[in-house]
Amino acid sequence: MKILVGIKRVVDYNVRVRVLPDGSGVDIDGVKMSVNPFDEIALEEALRIREAGNADEVIVVSAGGDEVQQQLRTGLAMGADRAIQVKTGEPLQPLSVARAFLKVVEREGVELVLLGKQAIDDDNSQTAQMMAALWDRPQATFASEVKLDGGKAIVTREVDVGLETIEVDLPAVVSVDLRLNEPRFVKLPDIMKAKRKPLETVSLEDLGVAVEGNLEIGSYEPPQPREKGIMVEDAAQLVGELKNRGLL
Amino acid sequence: MSEREIMEYDVIVVGAGPSGLSCAIRLKQKKPELTVAVIEKGAEVGAHILSGAVIEPEPLDELLPGWKDAPPPVCIPVERDEIWLLRPGGKRLRLPTPPQQKNHGNYIVSLGAMCAWLAEKAEALEVDIFPGYAAADIRYTADGAVGGIIVGDMGVDRDGQPKDTYMQGIEIHAPLTLISEGVRGHLAKRLIARYDLAADCDPQTYGIGMKELWRVQPGKAQPGLVQHTAGWPLDSRIYGGSFIYHLDKDRIAIGFVCGLDYQDPEFKPFEAFQQMKHHPMVREMLEGGEILSSGARAISEGGYQSLPKCEMPGALLIGDSAGTLNVPKIKGVHQAMKCGMLAADHLAETGAAEGFDAKLRDSEIVRELHRVRNIRPAFYKGFWRGFIRAAIETVTLGKLPLTTAVHADDSALKKVDEYSAPERHWVERDLPPRDRLASVYFATTEHDEDQPVHLQIIDPEVCTTRCVTEYNNPCTRFCPAQVYEMTGEGDQMALQINAANCVHCKTCDIKDPYQVINWVTPEGGCGPMYQNM
Repeated sequence: MKILVGIKRVVDYNVRVRVLPDGSGVDIDGVKMSVNPFDEIALEEALRIREAGNADEVIVVSAGGDEVQQQLRTGLAMGADRAIQVKTGEPLQPLSVARAFLKVVEREGVELVLLGKQAIDDDNSQTAQMMAALWDRPQATFASEVKLDGGKAIVTREVDVGLETIEVDLPAVVSVDLRLNEPRFVKLPDIMKAKRKPLETVSLEDLGVAVEGNLEIGSYEPPQPREKGIMVEDAAQLVGELKNRGLL
Repeated sequence: MSEREIMEYDVIVVGAGPSGLSCAIRLKQKKPELTVAVIEKGAEVGAHILSGAVIEPEPLDELLPGWKDAPPPVCIPVERDEIWLLRPGGKRLRLPTPPQQKNHGNYIVSLGAMCAWLAEKAEALEVDIFPGYAAADIRYTADGAVGGIIVGDMGVDRDGQPKDTYMQGIEIHAPLTLISEGVRGHLAKRLIARYDLAADCDPQTYGIGMKELWRVQPGKAQPGLVQHTAGWPLDSRIYGGSFIYHLDKDRIAIGFVCGLDYQDPEFKPFEAFQQMKHHPMVREMLEGGEILSSGARAISEGGYQSLPKCEMPGALLIGDSAGTLNVPKIKGVHQAMKCGMLAADHLAETGAAEGFDAKLRDSEIVRELHRVRNIRPAFYKGFWRGFIRAAIETVTLGKLPLTTAVHADDSALKKVDEYSAPERHWVERDLPPRDRLASVYFATTEHDEDQPVHLQIIDPEVCTTRCVTEYNNPCTRFCPAQVYEMTGEGDQMALQINAANCVHCKTCDIKDPYQVINWVTPEGGCGPMYQNM
């Protein structure tokens, strides 16, 4: 069985994100870029499935310019067998990504797609769902446990009311949540091995996928800064201040 | 514990700063057949680099001819120099620019961004660069030489036990190890002790530098303007001053440096930096702007007198691991790069560490330090006497046959009852950051809390018995990231170490009067994540 794992290059979770003064986007000048943490969890799960003998090959895929090769190499260093870059200079929206990934699935004969439940940059949480719909195959989103049983996947999902366990027939798309696993550290010699692993580049056009834009971004704005607080001496002053502000 | 996995290289470089990267690049230019690796504890190259920085371009011209066609991302030619003596009450006086500080032909850069840029050049020459991995220890060969390094284990909990994600660090074996950790490297510290490298020199002395990168209101930054200040908010007994470098895109890099040989146990370097920003001249520039990044790093100030022997069997100390910074020039990058390149030339030629120290001492790098050797020590006697002596040393090009000895910073601190600070005329502040914790936020420092504390207190008793009465626990003040806090009273009193705040500046390892604080590296990839610093 082949597993496909989607990897997105995003601003590192530890970076203080800053909106550009003109509101046109987020400042990524000199900022560390990383693999989307949820995608790392998806890859870790794929590797564990392969290591347990339930898959033959783990392929990582990312859509973007040549800079995404850096994140694909990280995926290879973690243990993926090979990587595919869907090359495009355009920023892609989830629908285009879903279409592109689906083409890869069809070409490679993938049976299980593991994706992060969302990317930490735009928080869309759409690609997995769209992909399953386009593929007309089952989806299991927000997985906190994945078990394979013959041609089925038994997936525990994190939902608002608690945990829900569902069974889906493979092929299927699974999107993973934070508690599924803790990704491994990359071993230093594996970084060197990753340099020699195959990384194939295929253009979006060659896959026959058009860049679609059904979302339009107006502008970005930072949240309002918190107003400066005051220190009160005692409860009486606190009550007084609240009354002055019409809050009591 | 199982045998560690091993990787072998011809040369391993510890630390992806200007000296280490210049060395790696030069080595591969001269001997492409050598295998060279660079290991870097920051999550990426540049993440732990903090510098002013105005640089002299000569070493770049030599190392990478034509570099100006595709310069580093932040690189602004210096247009103008100004030096100001700040006085209390918002007064100021323009001083003449001493010859060492004339910056015509130099460039204002972000050293972090420049190192990331240098790393790309090195990788293009097939240097293997491993950011996010810490060199935690030295590997010694059977005959007592340095034979490479041991990478720190990952996934170890607070008590030293392996977690689910545990990954044993590997050994990197190499016949030649370059120690380019920067100032007060924790491996350099061990090597200097083991091989007695400081036997024939004075102790190293240091300063602490703190820096903020601001985006200011449009029109306030004058790209290419280089300003330095001395005087207020420091009293004349403390050596130090500020730099204000005007970048492009409405950015100003502002920083403050003070010598760690200050005597006042109650002195707060961070507070002095924040005060400086409130001089009307500076405040006017910053008002209405926002901080993009901030951080701190120790600086080596000992210069010529403190330069240790820079070779030992199997290894060299280069750059500020050796301490090649030129204090009166306020510059170390050109020296560090030249030192790395000299090491590369030496290794390419001889293939061994032996003989490097003599070459270094016979080089322009050390001659430059010799010329200015008495200027920084002149300020031991206060600002004005230092100012006059510095002028004499400058005019005579350091040819007077006298060398002032330098003393270790940890011995400089006076006890609380032996010192009373002069009036410094400090003011109410309102510019951000409010305090050290607010400042650390902009350093984006991060450490997994569930790992061994990387600030080792060799004798914790000292903190709650002697130090509290003698020095009132100065670690709670000299640390720019508020790592150290005293909690409780009486028998309950204890030192709390907020290791996760640490920005890897090494000040505590240097200034602690009892020398009981030992800084060791945390897990690779931890620490600050500086942007364009």
